[in-house]
Amino acid sequence: MVRMTGSQILLECLQREGADTIFGYPGGVVLPLYDTLPQFPAIRHVLVRHEQGAAHMADGFARASGRTGVCLATSGPGATNLVTGIATSFLDSTPMVAITGNVARTLLGKDGFQEADITGITQPITKHNYLVMRAENIAMAVREAFHIARTGRPGPVHVDIPKDVFQEEAEFEWPDELSLRGYRPTTRGHAGMIRRAAEAINAAERPIVIAGHGVVWGEATDELVALAEKADIPVITTFLGIGGFPETHPLSYGFLGMHGMYHANMAADEADVVVGIGMRFDDRAMGRFSDFNPGATIVHIDIDPAEIGKNLPTAVPVVGDVKRVLPDLAERLEARDRSPWLRWIDGVREEHPSLEIRETRRLIPQQIIRALYEETEGRAVLATGVGQHQMWAGQHYFYDSPRKLISSGGLGTMGFELPAAIGAQIAVPDAEVWAICGDAGFQMTMQELAVCVDERLPVRIAIMNNGYLGMVRQWQELFYDENFVSVAVTQPDFRALAAAYGIPALRVETRAEVLPAIREARATDGPILIDFHVDQEENVWPMVPAGASLAETIEAPAKELAR
Amino acid sequence: MSLNANGARPRRHTVVAIVEDKPGVLQRVAGLFRRRGFNIESLAVGHSEFAGLSRMTIIVDGAGAPVEQVQKQLYKLVDVVKVNDLTSEDAVERELALLKVRCNNVNRHELLEIAGVFRADVVDMATGSLVLQAVGDADKINGLIRMCEPYGIRELSRTGVIAMTRGQKTTTVHESEPEAIARVHQSQGRRVESAELPFSSD
Repeated sequence: MVRMTGSQILLECLQREGADTIFGYPGGVVLPLYDTLPQFPAIRHVLVRHEQGAAHMADGFARASGRTGVCLATSGPGATNLVTGIATSFLDSTPMVAITGNVARTLLGKDGFQEADITGITQPITKHNYLVMRAENIAMAVREAFHIARTGRPGPVHVDIPKDVFQEEAEFEWPDELSLRGYRPTTRGHAGMIRRAAEAINAAERPIVIAGHGVVWGEATDELVALAEKADIPVITTFLGIGGFPETHPLSYGFLGMHGMYHANMAADEADVVVGIGMRFDDRAMGRFSDFNPGATIVHIDIDPAEIGKNLPTAVPVVGDVKRVLPDLAERLEARDRSPWLRWIDGVREEHPSLEIRETRRLIPQQIIRALYEETEGRAVLATGVGQHQMWAGQHYFYDSPRKLISSGGLGTMGFELPAAIGAQIAVPDAEVWAICGDAGFQMTMQELAVCVDERLPVRIAIMNNGYLGMVRQWQELFYDENFVSVAVTQPDFRALAAAYGIPALRVETRAEVLPAIREARATDGPILIDFHVDQEENVWPMVPAGASLAETIEAPAKELAR
Repeated sequence: MSLNANGARPRRHTVVAIVEDKPGVLQRVAGLFRRRGFNIESLAVGHSEFAGLSRMTIIVDGAGAPVEQVQKQLYKLVDVVKVNDLTSEDAVERELALLKVRCNNVNRHELLEIAGVFRADVVDMATGSLVLQAVGDADKINGLIRMCEPYGIRELSRTGVIAMTRGQKTTTVHESEPEAIARVHQSQGRRVESAELPFSSD
């Protein structure tokens, strides 16, 4: 055993857990930790410009690579600034370890300078959290934090450490053994339930698979493809499930939900057996719960038992790791030809094309995303913000593998795009990473441009600039009698802004300029920003109005198609 | 899903949770109930048969949410080791209540008679009031309260229900932790004696 300070123990443990990158921001109570950082040259510290950026970067890092992201902040405001990023990670179930400093133990609870009860604050938005009161307990807390973050249904874990615990000395011993009697994720599906699931699917005429984020995190793409091919079952995904099933596969029918494809929504509504795999029947995906396909038998496969029956009554629950459950299930499925059902969905798709980009002289974001898809041959990683551009990035780029679309689907966090893209670029240095931004969301976290410069990251930043909070404007137009309130955004000159950071930038105003700009950005070594001045009033279609059922999906009205 | 004699979902559920004895665990459970909209009628916490584990008995109003969700959500908390719904079990439920009831020389004997019927002990007597201690299930305590109301209840304190199954069946945890790990877990989040610590606000 070796005597070490709390700071040394923490960094040693991070290193042993394979964390080679920390996204952080220093401050008073974490000074002892920063003082120790140079002793661990294998750990790269990325200095962010706002702690929210640190949390999103750790999240983007995790989503792009499958590894656990680590962020770090000081006490009080530093810690509370992480909260949005932790909640984003929590709702989308991504593995993250967030570390905060706190005031010295004697000052805890005394409302001293920069004290916040941060474990009290993060408790409902983390999978678990720790307040470590002794240096000798740091190793076990870190070991457990990583274990909890990345096993079962992944999620963020928060570790809070008072300043003097960083300074306290203790014997360091790496805990070889873990024992968490209150945490035992079920990974193997119940054989009886798998048999019942197989019976339901075998008896189905019109089965459909709805694949979610759990397929991505369970790394079960191959298993899902094998299952779908054997039983000839069409696969649709949730928004976060995009890429979990290759979108150019003949059995792929896009994603469903509020802005999902018309045919995907109709297929989900028409199916006789709905097989949810690694998803949680969220309201944005399913529409009004009480009217979701009342005739369907629901089979639900998920690692989190609490998701079973939470939103919709489930006929056959299978709790387990999808990577283990899917092969067991596929084995029991009959090889079937379901072409009549597939042709029915094909027919809906032909009659109601959701992904056709209309001929227009206007510069619309759909064209830009499609052009980017064609230029990059579907190989880029896209990190998006939240709103119209997010939906278009989901619709008009086709993802053939997981971890290519990085987006805040659950919490819907504007400003996620740039820091998430930075985290992704650091996690996968060879990837071509594009931040697909809204002009409003970009302004929420644009200070992180400095990180692109500091770290020499070739992140390509594409702003879909319509001068509006586009999705809010769309809702005010459609559901609030065109009473447009507080949606027109004043922007800086984004080119000048990029220039201020020393980042090259282009402005695109016409269709003809799109391809050359994308090509120039791809050829640039280092960060580059493209300010796309797109049509201001383009709306996202199809759409399930809030509170409606999937059967009530509406398509673009004729007057909009004529624009 | 357990059904009662009328075939309806019982409204009131008795849920027992065995939890790690750590600071903050009560907040985690209470926060979960608030966040998910589960209504707590009563909650009683105390030591269990094992050091390091506490036992919570929670009476849940099942009208707000299916009790199955309550159990599953409780299980998601890392500090919750075991959860049992005793509602449909053959179980003993007990609660303790202290009642300070107004009385005078004229009606004191009536009150003592009521206390006798409910097997409540008189634990304090003064010229204008007496304190009764009653133990029983919720119906019995409610009955005593109703009978005392006409005299004037000056103070009432109830512990909340605790419960235990009859017979061989138990709600217990059979897994003990290795000593070194248990030591870490049990000190987790606990305040250290402040006399040992340096004061540092820099």
